[in-house]
Amino acid sequence: MQSITNTATRYGWAMIILHWLIGIIFIGQFVLGFVMVRIESQRTSFELIQLHKSFGFLLLGLIILRIAWRLRNAAPPLPPSVGNLERRTAPLAHFALYAFQLALPLTGWALVSVSTLEIPTMPFNLFVMPNLPLTESDASERFWASAHWYLAYAGIALVALHIAAALRHHFLLRDSVLSRMITPSSAGE
Amino acid sequence: MHARILGLAAFAACLAMPAIAAVALSDAAGSYTISPAGSSIRFTIGKAGGGGFDGAFGRFKGTIRIDNGDVGRSKVDLTIYPESVGTGQGRIDAFLKSDAVFDAANSPEIQFRSTSVTRTGDTTALVTGRLTARGKTFPEKFTAELDGLKGGTIKFHVTGKVLRSRYGMDVGTPLYSNVVSFDMTLMGKRG
Repeated sequence: MQSITNTATRYGWAMIILHWLIGIIFIGQFVLGFVMVRIESQRTSFELIQLHKSFGFLLLGLIILRIAWRLRNAAPPLPPSVGNLERRTAPLAHFALYAFQLALPLTGWALVSVSTLEIPTMPFNLFVMPNLPLTESDASERFWASAHWYLAYAGIALVALHIAAALRHHFLLRDSVLSRMITPSSAGE
Repeated sequence: MHARILGLAAFAACLAMPAIAAVALSDAAGSYTISPAGSSIRFTIGKAGGGGFDGAFGRFKGTIRIDNGDVGRSKVDLTIYPESVGTGQGRIDAFLKSDAVFDAANSPEIQFRSTSVTRTGDTTALVTGRLTARGKTFPEKFTAELDGLKGGTIKFHVTGKVLRSRYGMDVGTPLYSNVVSFDMTLMGKRG
């Protein structure tokens, strides 16, 4: 019987599903964002930008859920084999990852809210998402576009570090850090 | 007493109405060249969540021919150059001119050729015709109202709705309505 909640040594399946779902969408959003502003066809570009907005709001919903879940479910401590330096820096890196996950959709939302193009936002064509109460102007649009851009590159760099660390744990240190984010905790643990 | 006044009014109306209509038609008959200076072609597209966006075409040409004996044989030809579209927002203009919407480079003209004109009132008519944009042609209807006739010039207020998806311009639906509402003032100069 697999547990939804975390235990003393393992992650529950709710945390595992949220982790991988958000991870895939986050990386997908980076690729989509990179492509959508470079593609030549204005039509495809427009459609990809709307898709990027849709997934951005999905990401925002998932990350709020994840943070709420995390606040009620302490992460299992690192295995004893993990060194002192990593024991101190890993929580900072994880905190920063959460901050990026929250900041990226929010800066994106700010960007569409202040854009002088005034393009409405309809996540997956389901409903109209209101804009944030910010004043639109070309200068604000440039500011939020830059903020979103820099955060995206910094965020994806941190994700790359996160992936490298996970692979190091699994293949070099051969500990349970990666595998416990794949196999959920059992009720018996 | 009231009945007599009403009767008198009705008699006067009967006398006056055909007279105005007849005078207007015979006075209006002739061929006109649409003058861009006194004319405008504006459009509005509704947006999800309210509001809409407005634009106008700066360059167009056309002719209006009003038949003396039979309004139904009147004719309207209009050519719009989509390259001249303007919304007040340069990035949107560039988007509209691109192959996302008008593809102005490959389809430089939008054409309307009337096929029938039906009089619907003293100063109004329904103009049916064929609209061609991006190589696709569909029948469309516009309402024309006579807005002024003076010297050698005639002015019409023309309104109508066009579904843009039929012309390969469905980009942005449902964020932006498929219905484009046109509001035009067409001023013709005789000759």
